[in-house]
Amino acid sequence: MKADASTSLLSVPQISYRAWKVWRRDLEVFMKTYKVNFFPPLVEPIFYLVGLGFGLGGFVQPQEGLRYVAFIAPALVAISMMFSSFFECTYASFVRMYYQKTFGAIIATPISLEEVIAGELLWGATKSLINSTIVLGVVFAFGLVSSPLFLLIPPLAFLVGLLFSAMAMCFTAITPNIDSFNYPSFLFITPMFILSGTFFSSHNLPGTVQTISKIFLPLYHAVQLTRGLAIGRLSPSLLFNLAWILVATPFFLVLSINLMKRRLIR
Amino acid sequence: MSSEILIKAEGLTKKFDDFLAVDKIDFQVFKGECFGFLGPNGAGKTTTMRMVQCVLPLSDGNLWVSEMDVSREGREIKKMIGVAPQEDNLDPDFTVLHNLVVYARYFDIPKKEATRRGEELLRFVQLDEKKEVIIDELSSGMKRRLILARALINEPRILILDEPTTGLDPQARHLIWDKIRNLKKEGVTIVLTTHYMEEAAQLCDRTVIMDLGKIIEEGKPLELIKQHVGEEVLEVAYDEEVLKFLQGTFPDARLEVSGDRIQVFTNQTRGVFSQILNKYSFKSAMIRDTNLEDVFLKLTGRRLKE
Repeated sequence: MKADASTSLLSVPQISYRAWKVWRRDLEVFMKTYKVNFFPPLVEPIFYLVGLGFGLGGFVQPQEGLRYVAFIAPALVAISMMFSSFFECTYASFVRMYYQKTFGAIIATPISLEEVIAGELLWGATKSLINSTIVLGVVFAFGLVSSPLFLLIPPLAFLVGLLFSAMAMCFTAITPNIDSFNYPSFLFITPMFILSGTFFSSHNLPGTVQTISKIFLPLYHAVQLTRGLAIGRLSPSLLFNLAWILVATPFFLVLSINLMKRRLIR
Repeated sequence: MSSEILIKAEGLTKKFDDFLAVDKIDFQVFKGECFGFLGPNGAGKTTTMRMVQCVLPLSDGNLWVSEMDVSREGREIKKMIGVAPQEDNLDPDFTVLHNLVVYARYFDIPKKEATRRGEELLRFVQLDEKKEVIIDELSSGMKRRLILARALINEPRILILDEPTTGLDPQARHLIWDKIRNLKKEGVTIVLTTHYMEEAAQLCDRTVIMDLGKIIEEGKPLELIKQHVGEEVLEVAYDEEVLKFLQGTFPDARLEVSGDRIQVFTNQTRGVFSQILNKYSFKSAMIRDTNLEDVFLKLTGRRLKE
């Protein structure tokens, strides 16, 4: 333990099955109020599809060869992956860590801090899976899914959720207080929500913005993959999108756990 | 109490950036005893506890629990320790019993056994009627009792109690003290921190007094009292002439003026003060037994610590 304080931010943490016990705790809290929790992802996409998809869509030319409503539908699924996992591992994790002192209670047992954080990240990914699958169900009910490949979207949601959870946890590890989550929310999440090929094709953007969004915005890759699977339009570029996520996820997972260790174990 | 050493610290040190919270302390806790860390706020008691619990890495020195090194075998040590922290970190989303069952799961205790132990512990801390109540509806005394029950869910050999009764009313405090005594009888080794001197005198076999990260005194409560402040103390209202008279009468005594009171401490046997009071009368004079608080104030001073 003496060496812990000086470990590098990229050293691989040791995680055992015990991380799932932390995940299970979060799941049990979620299930206590499941009716409230299932409500938003069920209702919100309906408004987007009706208002933006059919309403605004009447004025908008097809995007990437798709009717406007069919273009934004898969994006709504990808956006819910991002929102649910990112906010779970920022605000909700911070409340558990700082206000409820839940992490402190758990690390007094044989569970290590690394495992607590890993459990939180797994739970953030699970929230992404749950919420985006509900949104996918709504989109499906509107007849906007046209390929059996859509069955691969829930596993993708878990992976994308893991990535956003890890990024969120990095902010949680360095935020001085809960209000400061405004910075990542409005400087990182909101631009991504708008600029990731979600509500209009990113080809409409100026070249440099396009390049930046392809290199730096994880939601861009999640949207491309989700859209490809929902309408069965596979192209080699999807491999690049998947590779981006597969490389970034372990990097941010390891970084977030080490940053949290640095914050909580001094 | 046996001679088997359960916790042993050598040169234990904890540094936070430039702040030395625990400064090269040595201590030993024997199996079956109740060992107390006394000290003002900020003395380093909780930091020491957190190192024993294996949640805070040491900056220097060595610390063994049951002959295991805390730096290497934290997981094994945590299995045999029960911790009741100072702050309320119960799970507000769960009921009383569910808090215990979820906590038991962290120790790999199967659900059926966890429920059995949980219900038994709730009877032990007299919360069985509150089993299905949500945490928010408990009083602070009930929360402390639940935290104590939670600390016992893994049937620990060592129980760490960080200020177990701070902020409680007398009834709740005495109930907790009773439970701690019961546990000690059952052979649980207890380490507690407190700044209530009465608590230490009531519960602890041995204590150390900490101040500014160092252990400044160690011993049995009664011996510490006798050694540092004698058996009795005479208190009278402050008056310059009375002070001079007392200095003349008790040349070896330690006279302390605090506020509008003079306190006279002496190593002489019981009765010297009553002889004086039989002869002279002072304004609002009283003789009382010395206590650990007198020792504490003598050793750590009267200044505020924070």
